[in-house]
Amino acid sequence: MEFELTDEQEALRKVVRDFAQAEIAPYAEAWDRDHIFPVDTVRKMGELGLFGLPFPEEYGGGGAGLTTLCVAIEELARVDQSMAITVEAGVGLGANPIYTFGREDQRQRWLPDLCAGRALGAFGLTEPDAGSDAGATRTRAELDTSAGEWIINGEKAFITNSGTPITSIVTITAVTGTSGGRPEISAIVVPAGTPGFEVQPPYRKMGWHASDTHGLTFTDCRVPADHLLGEQGRGFAQFLAILDEGRIAIAALALGVIECCLAECQRYAKERIAFGRAIGTNQAVAFKVADLAVMAACARSLVYQAARLRDAGRPFKKEAAMAKLYATEAAVTATREATQIFGGYGFIDETLVARQYRDSKILEIGEGTSEIQRLVISRELGLPVT
Amino acid sequence: MNIVVCVKQIPDPAEPGSLDPGTKTLKRATKLILDESDSYGVEMALQLADAAGGGEVTLVSMAPNNEVSGLRTALAMGAAKAILISDPALAGSDALGTAKVLAAAIKRVEGADLILTATESSDGYTGTVPEQLAELLDLPSVTFAKHIEVSDGVVKVQRQTEAGYDDVECPLPAVVSVTAGVVEPRYPSFKGIMAAKSKPVDQLTIADLGIDPSQVGWAGAGQEIVSVEQAPARESGEIFEDDGTGAEKIVAFLENLKVI
Repeated sequence: MEFELTDEQEALRKVVRDFAQAEIAPYAEAWDRDHIFPVDTVRKMGELGLFGLPFPEEYGGGGAGLTTLCVAIEELARVDQSMAITVEAGVGLGANPIYTFGREDQRQRWLPDLCAGRALGAFGLTEPDAGSDAGATRTRAELDTSAGEWIINGEKAFITNSGTPITSIVTITAVTGTSGGRPEISAIVVPAGTPGFEVQPPYRKMGWHASDTHGLTFTDCRVPADHLLGEQGRGFAQFLAILDEGRIAIAALALGVIECCLAECQRYAKERIAFGRAIGTNQAVAFKVADLAVMAACARSLVYQAARLRDAGRPFKKEAAMAKLYATEAAVTATREATQIFGGYGFIDETLVARQYRDSKILEIGEGTSEIQRLVISRELGLPVT
Repeated sequence: MNIVVCVKQIPDPAEPGSLDPGTKTLKRATKLILDESDSYGVEMALQLADAAGGGEVTLVSMAPNNEVSGLRTALAMGAAKAILISDPALAGSDALGTAKVLAAAIKRVEGADLILTATESSDGYTGTVPEQLAELLDLPSVTFAKHIEVSDGVVKVQRQTEAGYDDVECPLPAVVSVTAGVVEPRYPSFKGIMAAKSKPVDQLTIADLGIDPSQVGWAGAGQEIVSVEQAPARESGEIFEDDGTGAEKIVAFLENLKVI
């Protein structure tokens, strides 16, 4: 078995599965219906150690790799995508930039709370007019050398975990100058509550209703000069590196969704009686379920292959893009087909596969659209695509 | 305070189990997990040791094939170490045989102040091992604890009864069986899972415990499973048309069940 997990990874899978069944599954429908971000449940996931999994123990992390994180996210997504994305974004976009690009004093200051799930971090990259085209960033940060502060002005859009009661920091990208006629983009850490940093009311989203998503505005927002994260002018390259890892984690989330659809449909196809027999006796239904099993197997292979490469320190850019592209598109297909198998019940909000259907579309968009993944893969194949 | 918790490792109830038609017992060749009913005893022990300001929680388990998966779960929750007795001669042990083995292992734990068990396992359900253990260890036995406190060498227990609970006290050391309501078991954290890897599990055979093979397993079993039958299908309930006496009939029905 190529993708056999360690005993400890299997033990974590069981703990997260039990936790998700007992602490998330009974409430997820109500959180979805009432748009509740369950901060106590998020703290409990922190106590399990989920937010610190891939970071060293000296910062309060678990000292594990991306593979282990994928196991946890996959299990959460089988029950609720909102909680899975809260962990994925908290780790991949909140803590990971601090760990990867932060100075030692920045790591010491922010990572322990982020690793423990006592605080959440967010990553402010997307803007109202700069999504996939992140180079079009308009948010500006000017250094007031006399005060030793950055003055930030601009807007960010669709930022996960940015307005929760425990959000501690948002790492934003901003134009800090020009170099060779091109805008120079840097990353700056903005603590929650900084004057001039405003969190806008939550979006009305199609899904992920228990996940926290806001637009952010910065009006003469001042943060200390030492809140620059990584090298000045390297912000663009930095977030590209962060996104490569995040794509594998999103793919793991999509894998959990497909596995959820498979399990739900296996059960329902045997239980649901139509024309005097279980609907699973019809090839039209049974073959859909068979296809779900194939999708799950393909997604699992791609996700864990990419995660293994990353954990082994080998190039994984193409594999991460392939995993994200396939698994998220398969998740959308899987949830649509599962909804079809559930018939009228599949269109009712409180049915699990209905929630998974609404929640899945964003997977093809967030942290790099399917089109961007195809672009990345094409370029990795040496094609002269622009 | 040092506490011993007896834990059973059982086939995962979420997987379809099967019976060996020859021995009429549950097949245990698969990977085993910690019996959920034992997770309450583990949590209670951890909380009592914590409240006492220190001490070790030691697990004792008897399982085939040197199975440690379930023990690792309890070690990940915070237990310090484990004793595992695994021996081909133990196959077919009845409740008393099991109690003999567990008692012999518990005697090896120095300075045990309290021995906790579940009230019964989730696979065998004999519910007799805790009392047999107490007898073999010559210790007082308190059963069905829904709340436990320890102070000054005395264990105070709220003992679950049909009507409510009894307050019971006894001197330590003692054997106490705990119900599922006694505490809320914690989830092992990832750090706990990693730490459990290196915690000691003392693997013993019955020879190590000085037990004669004729006393345990099929050879020593004083009981025999004669046959295994399907549980009868649930009978359909009674249906009454309300002719004006409905309320009285409901009251009579509930009184008959002794719930009012």
